[in-house]
Amino acid sequence: LVAEIEKKITEAFEVFDRESNKTVDVRFVNIEVEEPGGFVHLEHFLPVMTKVLLDRRFRPIPEDVILHAFEALDENKCGYITKDDLVKHLTKE
Amino acid sequence: AFKAAVLIQQWYRRHVARLEMRRRCTWRIFQSIEYSCEQDQIKLHNFFSYLMDQFTPSSSKERDFISRMFVSGESYKEAELEKYCDYESIEVPDSYTGPHLSFPLLPDHATALLEAFQQKQQLHARYVLNLLHETRKHLKQLPNISHVSTCYSEEITVCGDLHGQLDDLFLIFYKNGLPSPSKSYVFNGDFVDRGKQSLEILVILFTFLLIYPKEVHLNRGNHEDHMVNLRYGFTKEVMQKYKVHGKKILRMFQNVFCWLPLATLIDQKVLIIHGGISDTTDLDMLEKIQRNRFVSVLRLKKRKESSGKPQIQAINGESESGTDAAPRLSLQPQTAQAPSTANRREFSRWLRQTVQEQIDTCRRLVDISESEPEELTYSSMVSLKDADEPCWTLQEEWKQVLDILWSDPMPQEGCRENKVRGGGCYFGPDVTEKFLEKYSLQFLIRSHECKQEGYEFCHSRKVLTIFSASNYYEIGSNRGAYVKLGPDLIPHFVQYQANKTAHLLTMTQRQGFLVALFAKISRVEESAFRALREKLFAHTSALISAFKSYDRDNTGKITLSNWATAVESVLRLGLPWRMLRPQLVRSAEDGMLEYKSWLDDLAMEQRSQEHIQSSLLEVIYRNRSNLETIFRIIDRDHSGLISFEEFQQTWKLFSSHMNIELTDDGINDLVRSIDFNKDGNIDFNEFLEAFRLVRQCP
Repeated sequence: LVAEIEKKITEAFEVFDRESNKTVDVRFVNIEVEEPGGFVHLEHFLPVMTKVLLDRRFRPIPEDVILHAFEALDENKCGYITKDDLVKHLTKE
Repeated sequence: AFKAAVLIQQWYRRHVARLEMRRRCTWRIFQSIEYSCEQDQIKLHNFFSYLMDQFTPSSSKERDFISRMFVSGESYKEAELEKYCDYESIEVPDSYTGPHLSFPLLPDHATALLEAFQQKQQLHARYVLNLLHETRKHLKQLPNISHVSTCYSEEITVCGDLHGQLDDLFLIFYKNGLPSPSKSYVFNGDFVDRGKQSLEILVILFTFLLIYPKEVHLNRGNHEDHMVNLRYGFTKEVMQKYKVHGKKILRMFQNVFCWLPLATLIDQKVLIIHGGISDTTDLDMLEKIQRNRFVSVLRLKKRKESSGKPQIQAINGESESGTDAAPRLSLQPQTAQAPSTANRREFSRWLRQTVQEQIDTCRRLVDISESEPEELTYSSMVSLKDADEPCWTLQEEWKQVLDILWSDPMPQEGCRENKVRGGGCYFGPDVTEKFLEKYSLQFLIRSHECKQEGYEFCHSRKVLTIFSASNYYEIGSNRGAYVKLGPDLIPHFVQYQANKTAHLLTMTQRQGFLVALFAKISRVEESAFRALREKLFAHTSALISAFKSYDRDNTGKITLSNWATAVESVLRLGLPWRMLRPQLVRSAEDGMLEYKSWLDDLAMEQRSQEHIQSSLLEVIYRNRSNLETIFRIIDRDHSGLISFEEFQQTWKLFSSHMNIELTDDGINDLVRSIDFNKDGNIDFNEFLEAFRLVRQCP
């Protein structure tokens, strides 16, 4: 199972690896990796990401939960949120 | 509410990430298929060289067949060209409503042409030929490397590959203005093939070239080559649009393409070439060679039974002393006319006499030892004129041209053979650095590769790729771009995308962002996956063997992990199969795939209504573009017809080379399902169309 996950991670990594040298721009990586110079190397990324996936920290969010979240923001219960409201909520710290 | 916001943020970010991943995967699919197509072309070249090496024509028919493969692309002498491709005898009927050209050309002619093409009109063959003659005359005077200065016109606009996409050229002119004394342009090759309006683009570019010779500069690309055109669509386009005069027009194009300059130099500081460079690129050599000798840079592998040093000097010697009596290298026919269908017999007879001589002559002269990595072009040998050679061999010259037109940059250091494309090199940042230093240049501009944003820097901004054909793979796949350089030589880019709907789907618009992005991606994606499924189908038997090797117990199932490994080992596209799997494999119970039924499903999508042996179908399908190219070469007069025997012969040769086992019955069955005339001719366009239809089925 671990081997399979590692293969998957490597594949995904390579898709973003523009220069084919096993590094990816740090902006594409959403987890904390200590890396100076703005590039993440596959060697560092792989173990961290494997652990994250094994711990199931990046599970997809089920639809009903998302729906619930939207409902919480819809104060007037009218079934929609305006773009401005959404932007306001999402950009508040 | 705060938690809700955070959750939505998280979900959104992941969704965007997923979309980005899909977009990139799609891009990779297209690229890898495109390059593997070019690898197919290598196989085709190997086939030709196989013929040269192995095949001893046992009958006159077979000898005809072989010679027809090689008697192409010879460059005509001036007088013969004028006589054969003459236009003055062609009358323009009163019923013709298109634009009329008269020479010398004026700006009004250009505007008339632009308007006419926008209204989908067609320029009369007489004017096309006339234009080509004038263009050739003009190009002959130009040096191999055009020199341009920014002090005359303030800005120079450089455009990359257009590939027959007229809409993109219109867009460039619309955004940037037409060529004029105050608006200089450099077009960096690959004007033709793939897109459907290559002719119109060439007419427009040549017209502007003649009207504004100081301001408009054209570089040759690797597609300005008739052997490439045979495969990638330009030949077809011309023959479809000009049924009567198409042959003449094509001949003229061959003789115009070979006169296109190879490079452009701006202010002695910025070099513009179509492909790239190699570690042996020598600008001094490039300036001095006779560029028109390289009508095509198609190459053949070295002969197997050869030994000894290259005897290139011998070629020079031969042609110098050559009289009409001696066996000539040049394969120009005795009569100025190329044979039409009616004269086929006469032509065959003539060929029968000379072809064995030719092959023998070649055998004697092309004496390259096994260790030589260099390869020789047949047609460049053939189109030799007088030899006032400086110290370089023909081989070295040919390599210079090949490298300029076909090379690609790579991130790693060094310089190695470009096996993917079958020509030129991959050159690294160190090669670029040395080259720029040697000639005191600031940077290189090249094209040749499609880029998502229309342009891309590499080698620490020393190499700029500029690509001007938007939506190259599919609508929404990429932008096109052009670059403007002022006296400061700082590049300014303008991007565009020629398609109204694609325009709306820009990444920067937040409103409707997700929906739009999703729509764009799924269209392009759909197309990519369709292409991928085709490829998988075409390798059915190889895939079955690969799967079986993982399924020792013969359960009919393999793990999804092994599926991915097996598929890569067969297709060798370098794709992230595990990422792509959900789109390719519909059902898999507990992580195991029933591969036979999966392949059957694939086949059902692809197969046509005709009941043809599946293995035969698969083989033809996989090789259809090679077959098409070969067919077009055999069909010398571009009539679209080949005889039944020729078809059989082609197939036999091809299949023996590819080690395919096929019975005569198999071929007969296939042929029976095609309509052909009572005189035993096959319209092979119909034949190939059958497979194209299969491919287009949703």
